[in-house]
Amino acid sequence: MSTNLPDARGHFGPYGGRYVPEVLMTPLEELEKAYSEAGLDPAFQSELKDLLANYAGRPTALYYARRLSEQLGGARIYLKREDLLHTGAHKINNCLGQVLLARRMGKRRIVAETGAGQHGVATATVCALFGMECTVYMGEEDMRRQRLNVFRMRLLGAKVAAVTNGSRTLKDAISEAMRDWVSTIDSTHYLLGSALGPHPYPMMVRDFHRVIGDEARAQLLKRENRLPDRVFACVGGGSNAIGIFTAFVGDEGVRLIGTEAGGRGAGLGEHAARFSGGSPGVLHGAYSYLLQNGDGQVSLTHSVSAGLDYALIGPEHAWLHDRGRAEYTSVGDREALDAAVRLSHTEGIIPALESAHAVAEALRQAPGARGEVFVVNVSGRGDKDTDIYRENLPELDLE
Amino acid sequence: MSRIRECFETARKANRAALIAYITAGDPCPERTPALVAALERGGTDIIELGVPFSDPIADGPVIQRGAGRALQAGTTVVRVLDIARQIREQSAIPIVLFSYLNPLLQYGFEKLAADAAEIGIDGLLLTDLSVEEAGAHVPALHRKGLDTIFLAAPTSTEARLAAVAQYSTGFVYLVSRTGVTGERQDLSSSAAPLVEAMRRKTALPLAVGFGISTPDQVSAVARIADGVIVGSAFVRVIEEHREDPELESKLEQFCHSLAAALEKTA
Repeated sequence: MSTNLPDARGHFGPYGGRYVPEVLMTPLEELEKAYSEAGLDPAFQSELKDLLANYAGRPTALYYARRLSEQLGGARIYLKREDLLHTGAHKINNCLGQVLLARRMGKRRIVAETGAGQHGVATATVCALFGMECTVYMGEEDMRRQRLNVFRMRLLGAKVAAVTNGSRTLKDAISEAMRDWVSTIDSTHYLLGSALGPHPYPMMVRDFHRVIGDEARAQLLKRENRLPDRVFACVGGGSNAIGIFTAFVGDEGVRLIGTEAGGRGAGLGEHAARFSGGSPGVLHGAYSYLLQNGDGQVSLTHSVSAGLDYALIGPEHAWLHDRGRAEYTSVGDREALDAAVRLSHTEGIIPALESAHAVAEALRQAPGARGEVFVVNVSGRGDKDTDIYRENLPELDLE
Repeated sequence: MSRIRECFETARKANRAALIAYITAGDPCPERTPALVAALERGGTDIIELGVPFSDPIADGPVIQRGAGRALQAGTTVVRVLDIARQIREQSAIPIVLFSYLNPLLQYGFEKLAADAAEIGIDGLLLTDLSVEEAGAHVPALHRKGLDTIFLAAPTSTEARLAAVAQYSTGFVYLVSRTGVTGERQDLSSSAAPLVEAMRRKTALPLAVGFGISTPDQVSAVARIADGVIVGSAFVRVIEEHREDPELESKLEQFCHSLAAALEKTA
């Protein structure tokens, strides 16, 4: 199966593309050109490789979760430990790649959006490292929910700009970051944090994260001398999922399973399950499955996990879905919380709420899969979610 | 010749630029839009850009964002916008350009939209976030129904992009005066004049300049270099400030008059 997608105009089948105002078309063409030149430049590649190894902490471990696997009595479960990276999540892979690209393009300033704050923290981190000015847009509602990450970004020298319009969450933060970029394109690079947005972002973000799957594939081959039967990842925009899936897309026997946020119910506005509740549409520059009403207005979404709380799924996932190459499921707030507790108790690993959705799906499927090998991408650690865990697990928070 | 082209031709013969007014349909509520358009027409507006409200307007500044929010809150849908256009057409022959983000029209269906818009008497279509590359497939269907397709050119557009914009545009070309979002500015951007010159070399179509224009002085400066002047946020602001005021229509008309008085192409 071909992995040399997207096509020259950024399409994955009918999805993706570049649906932006004309003023952004030339900057996106320039970004695409700079990115493809960087790909051929050994100096760029070796600097990125060095930073990933010595600054971010790659390769990350592929850990066999023995106690969890034995309890479930089915598949043997391996965890890809992206939670062990610097800043606590996979997001740093993409941020290091894009900041090098921004420097190469002569940009002095970075803008970014953030939902839960993980991408914002990773962006603030790489900006500190390269002495770039940094503004992170964050919904006022998310700032309230993730106060600790707001402070971390400020400690790293970034400006955190509160977004007070719309739903005051990730969707509005992306809109506001795009509005900033459109006004400051000479000096500024937009460091988009997921496999979303106009071409070349979905391709570029995927490429910067594909190291996750490349490592996991080689690590498992070395350890088990075989490929996994199923690979699990959570899908908000879909960056960690596309990062781990890409290495396996050509391995036809490997099932790829993406898990969306089922939130608190099946009604529009109660979840972020784009495949079961959405239909193709355009948001923030890309055509993909979108949660929207019958009149083409984008719906509000809900998830206990801010990182999965977004109305559009990355366009490459839409294409993997339609071709039947990847399967997509959804896990609700409660089941994700329970999975986080179980992983914490059983393996001593507190996952991010986002990653807990992928863990939950693996917990569902493992008992019926004796003899199989699973790989679950633990995309981030749960420290940032401590307040939310406390609110939702009062039985553990006794005085 | 389309009604839009005729309108520019009439203005040219009168030695002035055409005034193009943007308002968001349904702001503050769908019932009032036809009367607001009538007020703008009395105030000297030549062409109406009727905005379809969208939940995530990435190209718009705070004023038009709030206008879209009010319109959506009041229950404005694409169906309702078309109904508003029909009411306007019943009372006036003013050219109407439907101005929208792509997604609401995509969900309505492009073929159906082209047919319905033509039947109602809408004259043209402008889609903020539809580039010429992605639009290519839809343009012939719109032209077959006699609709003009207006595309944007920006100060960042390369020569090749300007040529593509010229190729796909009919009616007029919308030149974005500066890099940024919609909204009023103190000064007219210095990038407007070079963009007009660059586009003149590509097309004989009328050229209209928009983004950031809100005062008679700015209108006058644009009128000297372009065939049309587009004003949006300044009208939406008047609607916002006076939306509870029974005098809203006359205030809008007066403000429009003050701008229309500055359209002369003085020697």
